[in-house]
Order: sequence, then C-alpha cells, then structure tokens
Amino acid sequence: MTELAAPELAIPDLAINVRGLVKRFGDKTAVDGVDIQMPRGEVWGFLGPNGSGKTTTIRMICGLLQASEGEGECLGYDIARDTDQIKLSTGYMTQKFSFWSDLTIRENIEFVARLYQMPERRKKVDETLEKLDLTHRQHQLAGALSGGWKQRMALAAVTMHEPQLLLLDEPTAGVDPQARRDFWDEIHQFAAQGMTVLVSTHYMDEAERCDRIVYLANGKLLTRGRVSDIIAASGLFTFRGEGDGVRRLAEDLRNENGVDQAAYFGAALHISGTDRALLQSAIDKERHKNVHWKEVPPNLEDAFIALMTRAGADDRHHA
Amino acid sequence: MTPVAGILARISAIFIKELVQMRRDRLTFGMMFAIPVMQLVLFGFAINNDPKDLPAAVHVEEQTPIVRTLLRALETSGYYKLVLETPDPRESSRLLASGDVAFVISIPAGFTERLIRGDRPQLLIEADASDPAAASNAIARADAIFNRALRHDLKGSLAYLAAAPSPFELVIHPRYNPEAITQYNIVPGLLGVILTMTLVMITSMAMTREAERGTIENLLAMPAKPIEVMIGKITPYVGVGAVQTTVVLIAAHYIFDVPFAGPLWLLLLGVTIFVLANLALGFTFSTIAKSQMQAMQLTFFFFLPSLLLSGFMFPFRGMPGWAQMIGEALPLTHFLRIVRGVMLKGAGFSDVQHEMLALVIFTALAVGLAMLRYKRTLD
Ligand SMILES: Nc1ncnc2c1ncn2[C@@H]1O[C@H](COP(=O)(O)OP(=O)(O)O)[C@@H](O)[C@H]1O
Ligand SMILES: [Mg+2]
Repeated sequence: MTELAAPELAIPDLAINVRGLVKRFGDKTAVDGVDIQMPRGEVWGFLGPNGSGKTTTIRMICGLLQASEGEGECLGYDIARDTDQIKLSTGYMTQKFSFWSDLTIRENIEFVARLYQMPERRKKVDETLEKLDLTHRQHQLAGALSGGWKQRMALAAVTMHEPQLLLLDEPTAGVDPQARRDFWDEIHQFAAQGMTVLVSTHYMDEAERCDRIVYLANGKLLTRGRVSDIIAASGLFTFRGEGDGVRRLAEDLRNENGVDQAAYFGAALHISGTDRALLQSAIDKERHKNVHWKEVPPNLEDAFIALMTRAGADDRHHA
Repeated sequence: MTPVAGILARISAIFIKELVQMRRDRLTFGMMFAIPVMQLVLFGFAINNDPKDLPAAVHVEEQTPIVRTLLRALETSGYYKLVLETPDPRESSRLLASGDVAFVISIPAGFTERLIRGDRPQLLIEADASDPAAASNAIARADAIFNRALRHDLKGSLAYLAAAPSPFELVIHPRYNPEAITQYNIVPGLLGVILTMTLVMITSMAMTREAERGTIENLLAMPAKPIEVMIGKITPYVGVGAVQTTVVLIAAHYIFDVPFAGPLWLLLLGVTIFVLANLALGFTFSTIAKSQMQAMQLTFFFFLPSLLLSGFMFPFRGMPGWAQMIGEALPLTHFLRIVRGVMLKGAGFSDVQHEMLALVIFTALAVGLAMLRYKRTLD
C-alpha cells in the first residue's frame, strides 16, 4: 500500500476509522487488512475491480457483516458492538436495489420514515419526494421503475433521516449519463449540507469528482489519496496516439522496452511508462504507421493500470 | 448431429443440471426421504383405531369380592386403565370433564347384595363421547368383559346367577355427544387444523421472502430490532386467524349444529394463544429456511404429524406412548382439547388451564428460537 497524503496524525474527527479489517467467507479472504481513516465532511471515492471487496468493506463499516479480524469505529461507534447507533446515523444504499418492488415509491419512503420515527411524517415524505423529483412518480411501483429512477428513490430513502454518513455502493452502475450527472449533483448537495459520503464506483470521471480516492484490489488497499497525488506518485509519462493505424498497434507496443502499458481510451491509444526516453523511442519506431502522437498528462486510469500491473493484481475475480 | 441426438443431448443437459441442483438443496432432498418414512411410521405404528389402556375412574360405593372381580376384569381386558377409585361422584365427574379420564364406572352401594338376590342391579359406565371413535371399542366390549369375569367367579352356591343371561344391567351413558355425531368432534377440530395449516405456512415465508428478494439487506441496514420485525410481521395474520375462526364458528353453529356448551370468551382466549403459537412457529421456520420452497417443506413436515398425532384424525389415547409424547409437543393437540372441551363439554377455565399453559410455553419457545436464529447481519 502506498500512502500519498501527508501522514494523518492528528485528525480530530473521523467519520470512518477502521483498522486491519479482514473478512473471510469460508477459506476465501474477501477483504484483507483494510485501513480507512476518513475525516468528516468529505466525499471519498471507493474504487477497485469487481470482486475486490468494496461491498464487503462497506457492509462491515455499517454493521451488516461481522469482521473476521480488525476493529474500528464508524461515526465514533464501535462497528462490532454499536451497530444500532450506526444504523441510526448512517444511510447505506445497497449495490443491488433492495427496496420493496411491490410497494410504490411513496410507500417505500413512508416505511423508512416510520422506521426512523420521523416527526411530521407526511410533510417530511412530501419534501423528500419533491427534493429528488419523485413527486410525479410517487404512486408507481418501485419494481416498475427504470434503473435511474430506482437509484433516485433509493437515494431519497437513505438520506431522508439526514444521516451523518452516506455509504453509496455503486449507485450509478447501469444508469444513463444524464441520470449519472444528476445523481452526482445530488451527492454534492448532500455533501454541502455536511454529510460525509463514501461512494464506490467504476467510473473514473466520478472518481475525479471526489476529494480522495481509496483503491482496493483483491481485498487489499492498493493506494489512497488525492487524484492529483495518485497520478503524480505513479511517476508515469503518457503518450496518446490517434489516427487510422492505431487499432493494430497496442500488441506491438506492449512488447517494446519501456512501455509498461498500452490501453485504448475510445479510439485513442495511451502508452505509459516511467522512462520518457524509452517511450519516445518506442513511438519513433511506429512513426510510419499513420498515427499522430502527442504527450498528455496521465489520467487516473493510467495510474491505476500501472498500480495494478506493479502489484501483480490482475488475477481479478468476478463477483 | 441427427435431430434425435440433439434432443437427447438437450434432455440430458437439463437432466444433469436438475440432478446437481437437487443434490445441492439438502433440505428438499432430505424431505423426499423423510416424508415417506414419517408416513410409514405414523400410519403403520402410531395410529391405532382400537385404543387400549383408556384411563377410567371408578366411583365405587362398596368394596366386595364381586366388585373387585369386576374391576380387575376391566383392567386385565387391556381396554381400561383404572387411574382413580373414589367414593365421591363429584371427583370422578370432574376428571371426565377435564378429559383426564375417558370413562367413569359407577358401582352403587348395595350392588353386590342385589346381584346375589338376582335383582339385576344397574352398572353405569359414563363415557366421554366427544370423540366417538375413541371410546367405542371399549364400550362395546364392556358387557362381555363383565360377564366372563362373573361366570368365572360365580360358582358353587352362586352358580344359578351365571346361568341367567346377565346378572346385572349395564347402562352406558355417553356424555357430551350422546348421539355420537362425528361432526361434533370433527368441526371444532377443523378450526385448529385450518389455523395450523394456513398460519404456519404464511408466516414461514416472512423472512425467506425478504432474503430471496434481497430486501433483507435494506431491512437489516435500518433500525428495526428482531423482535420488532417479528411482531410487526405476524400481527396482520392475527386478523386473518380471527376471520377464519369466525367463519368456522358460524359454520359450526348454522350448518353443522355443533353445540356450544362452554363460555365463548374462554374459547376465544384459547384461539388467540393458539394463533400466536402457530404464527411464532411459522416465523421461526422462516428464520431457518433458505428459500420459500424450503419454508413450504418445513410447514408440510410439521403439518403431517399435527394432523395425525394430535387426536384430530385418530384417537389420541389409541397411540403408543412415544407417539403421544410427540403429540403433546404439538400445539394442535392442546388446542383440540380446549376447543372440544369448551364447545362440547362446557369446560371452564380450570379444566383447560393446563392446555393453555402448554400453548403459552410452546409460543415462548418458538419466539426464543426465532430470536436465536434471526440473522442480525448478512453473515
Ligand atoms: N456472502 C458471501 N459469501 C461468499 N463470498 C462472498 C460473499 N460476499 C462476497 N463474497 C466474495 O468476496 C469477494 C469480494 O466481493 P465484493 O465485496 O462484493 O466485491 P466488490 O463489491 O468490490 O465487487 C468476491 O470474490 C465475492 O465473490
Ligand atoms: Mg460490490
């Protein structure tokens, strides 16, 4: 694991503070010694390939799974003992939609409002529906909604009791780009009200909207820190190739000395490595192939691919 | 590939998949063997339509060698088991009402003297006929048992009595259901059977449905305690039980003319506890079963002995001791005693309090088990 931010010694108020979390299912270790110290009031991105242990970690933080090893606090409450308090002051949005599909949007929200004993329930439910633009759909069955609307409803339900900490597990998976952008606007509004938000995602553009990133691979914490710090610390140089010939180049370039990785971003090819001169000479060999090359700053994904390759962590399992 | 080979290949693909899935589902697999074995044992060994050793109380006002002979003959016949001998008729009646004995045999003072005189004195057997099948064989045999015993004893100077058709007059007095109408017995019992079947089945889905649909994760993430979930989930079905009870009682009264001798409030109290017992049990099943299918199977697995060993279909007292022990652990057994006692015998609270207590204990155990089994996390 690489620690990129300045050593967090005297952080006064942590929303999440877990140390050495381990979770085993039978003889499989899903989460393997994860530490997270997350200050209040920030928005953090939780990244990692499928099966890397994000969901399992989040479940341990909010008391839905018992950690096999390790300890920690969520909002100051012990994650092993004080699960009742944790449930009262966190909002957890599950990866798989898990509200009641045979209830309408309104009935689901009302159910949650009753469980949390919200005062002035009718009014609060109305406000919540209004705030997330759900009023005109409130009498539709939750099961009949499209992915984006399901996620909005879930967000409404888990934020209604004004939790201090929001745990969102891949809230935008399978949601169209416009809905994704709207959803992130909501997340930032909640953050502006002072909520701490930990959101797991596969989308790099979403990761770049976060104050900090935690990256998990094979149950282990690979890196964490600011997006810019992670990119800088990767020590990468990246060239971007565009043009008709670029489609067939990746295989050749990957075998060149000094090319750590070659990956397509849309129609463009990114090649990255830690030695700029070697990269340059690799490109020069391919000059004739009708490709236009340009040096670009490495992006987060380049940095992650490099990290994964170095960690030898490409034996990913799929959940 | 020929068309036939294609068909066979696809059939075998599905066949193998089903086999593998069947093997994975241990509970279903187990049930497929356990249920036939259970039926064999229950029908083959436990159920007996010729009940023996039926408990009887003797109200006897004199002690003479002939009386002793008669009582000994009853015992050795195998049909009667004399559990109490008392000169007080009130005591023996009370035992009959509470169901502790199936018969009361009364031998009045002066019986022996009148027998010897050839007066053909009366010998009274009162039988609990609320379950007509249970007592019929024992009653049918009583006359023969007494006569054989006397013929053996009445020798020498009394031989003249043995020659007569019967030196006494046996009077059978079926109590509670004098005309032996089986519906009187069956209809109140059906109330218990219906409640058991429907309520256990419906609540056995309570948690399994949440688990199967994935909504359990949300439920667990929110601040609801296990006991709150349990009470919230079973309470609606108390209403269902109330409707079912009303329907059955109305039918019992207007269609089947079943008498209602005891207090209604007592029956309703019994029904309420019984409904709660079944709902608690169903909820417990739902914390054990991994799928709704398994929940159904557990329900069926419980329903079968309830039907057969509770005294609903076959006389409880006809069963061997081990089967009676299982029967005592089933709520339906106790409920049947309550509902038949109150409706047919006019039982009061003190007659059925032990049955009520048994139901309360059962409910408490089911709730306790459910709370132990209830998963507070997704582990
Ligand atoms: N209940 C479970 N039983 C067994 N294995 C599990 C369970 N939950 C998760 N896993 C395994 O743990 C690993 C991590 O899963 P998960 O936390 O869902 O990863 P992510 O959310 O990052 O995709 C996966 O290999 C998954 O198969
Ligand atoms: Mg996940």
